[in-house]
Amino acid sequence: MEFLIASAIGSLTAAGVYLALRKRSFAVVLGMTLLTYATNLFLFATGRLVIDQPPVLREGVTAYTDPLPQALVLTAIVISFGMTAVVVVMALGSFIEGGDDRIDLPRREREGPDA
Amino acid sequence: MNHWLVVPVVLPAFAGPLIVLAMRHDLVLQRVFSTAATAAQLVLALWLLLQSMGGEIQVYRLGNWAAPFGIVLMLDRLAALMLVLAGVLGLVIQLYAIGSGWDRRGRHFHSLWQFQLMGINGAFLTGDAFNLFVLFEILLIASYGLMIHAGGELRLRAGVQYVVYNLLGSSLFLAGLGTLYAVTGTLNMADMAAKIALLPAQDTALLRVGAVLLMLVFAVKAALVPLHFWLPATYARAPGPVAALFAIMTKVGIYGIIRFFTLVFPSDDALMRLVSDILLPAALVTLIVGQLGVLGARHMGRMTAFAAVGSVGTVMIAVAQFQPQGLAAGIWYLVHSTLATAALFLAVDLIGTRRQGGSLWLRPAPPIAQAGIVAALYFAAAIAMAGLPPLSGFLGKLAVLQSVREGDMTALIWAVILITSLFGIVGLTRAGSVVFWKAHEDGTPAPHAPDEPQPEEPGFPSAALALTSVGALVAAMVALTVLAGPMMRFAEATAAQLTDPQPYIEAVLERQEGVK
Repeated sequence: MEFLIASAIGSLTAAGVYLALRKRSFAVVLGMTLLTYATNLFLFATGRLVIDQPPVLREGVTAYTDPLPQALVLTAIVISFGMTAVVVVMALGSFIEGGDDRIDLPRREREGPDA
Repeated sequence: MNHWLVVPVVLPAFAGPLIVLAMRHDLVLQRVFSTAATAAQLVLALWLLLQSMGGEIQVYRLGNWAAPFGIVLMLDRLAALMLVLAGVLGLVIQLYAIGSGWDRRGRHFHSLWQFQLMGINGAFLTGDAFNLFVLFEILLIASYGLMIHAGGELRLRAGVQYVVYNLLGSSLFLAGLGTLYAVTGTLNMADMAAKIALLPAQDTALLRVGAVLLMLVFAVKAALVPLHFWLPATYARAPGPVAALFAIMTKVGIYGIIRFFTLVFPSDDALMRLVSDILLPAALVTLIVGQLGVLGARHMGRMTAFAAVGSVGTVMIAVAQFQPQGLAAGIWYLVHSTLATAALFLAVDLIGTRRQGGSLWLRPAPPIAQAGIVAALYFAAAIAMAGLPPLSGFLGKLAVLQSVREGDMTALIWAVILITSLFGIVGLTRAGSVVFWKAHEDGTPAPHAPDEPQPEEPGFPSAALALTSVGALVAAMVALTVLAGPMMRFAEATAAQLTDPQPYIEAVLERQEGVK
């Protein structure tokens, strides 16, 4: 179980970082998504891995899974979902305005219109 | 419990949606309502500052839940000071945006402005680490909207980079918070501090990983070298008033570093040494890169952006040791450099909006309208930015120099600060002379003022309002210089409060009568 979760987080992060370093915006957006998945899984695991237990605290209950990371992950999912939508729209906007989907800035950004 | 503590967050949270939902089609109404909301926030922030001066730490328990479980808002001297700074900047720059007509070049400017202020105010007030993340996201998502306000190809491209960089930062933030939660089992910053002080030695490895991750996140927000790459293009391409407001966003990163490493982690000496050893060289390199960027930039927006990077470096040099004297100097310079950066961005925008095609490239161009007053404002802002007397930057730099006199790297730090100041002065002077003096060489007469005798059409830009608001920022720096004594004593009191976290922790965790 621990190995499965750890290797899943690791491979998602590796793939995410690789894609985020590409220079086309589609790959970068995919990379961001993978990275947020990895982060969410990691956050979920910070409450320790417990299988088949209720996420509630009650009198007399000794075996339970930590409910707080689940609430945090829910928040993080909502935020990352919204952020992904924003970055897709902005990438689309710059593709439509600029004619290509490169993520790096063109030379004239630094050197002026006639460089 | 003082309910006014939550108003700086709640007021813009209501004002923003109201502007979108009820006043979408009426710009004048939007302007009046939004300015009134920002002014109310400033008044409230001043009142809270007055309350915090006595040194009492106020706690607001949301929903009246007991401390480590519910979310708390905290008001101490630093939070109150930052609230006032955000309020001043928010109001003055909003008036500039109205006066220069920037707010009508795209949609929903005022609503995004309120959301931005909500995020900034909340980030300064919150005493809960995860809540800090949420408020960071609020201020970031509003800043994405403001950054691409009015559109344009290069602005959108720079905006995409900005969003991607910050999303990576947010992932790192979550990972850092998760690590800290795994070690301490709490997200309340005061409770975390109490738990870390009692942590057995074998558990500190994971704690240090989490702490350094958080430091990296705040370094991304503060644009410390080598994590500054998002800043120059973003600030240079953002609309002028938005870039000026962003001057406080880098300071939010510095605030995060100050808050976490004076409140949560100071009980771990090895960790604090590690962080100081990373932060001080990073700050020195940041200062060098920033001021060299000022010297090398060919675009006035980039020049000002690099000046902002340099100012972050100066603040960080003072803060990096987390000693009272350094913190006091850092807080002083933080306030000053935020005002100076904003003033310089607005002065540069005054030039841009008067030049043909809004070009900010550092090339001789035909003379601009109202060149005299614009040049005077640019001159004042540049003096402040470079840290020359008589404005407050000089006193700030002096305090920073004095605060590092005790350490063993004094000679190096002094050399870096003084030599890079020279770079900054040369860069800013050269820009001024290209824009204002070389303009007259080709002999074209100055055009008449573009907007003085125009009729009072609703929503028409008012040059007077724009110039006055830049003047107001300069006046704020003059006030900071005149009131240097009381202000420095307040900064020292703030630093003293920060370096003694025990009352803060007790305020949160004890005295909890009557809570759920």
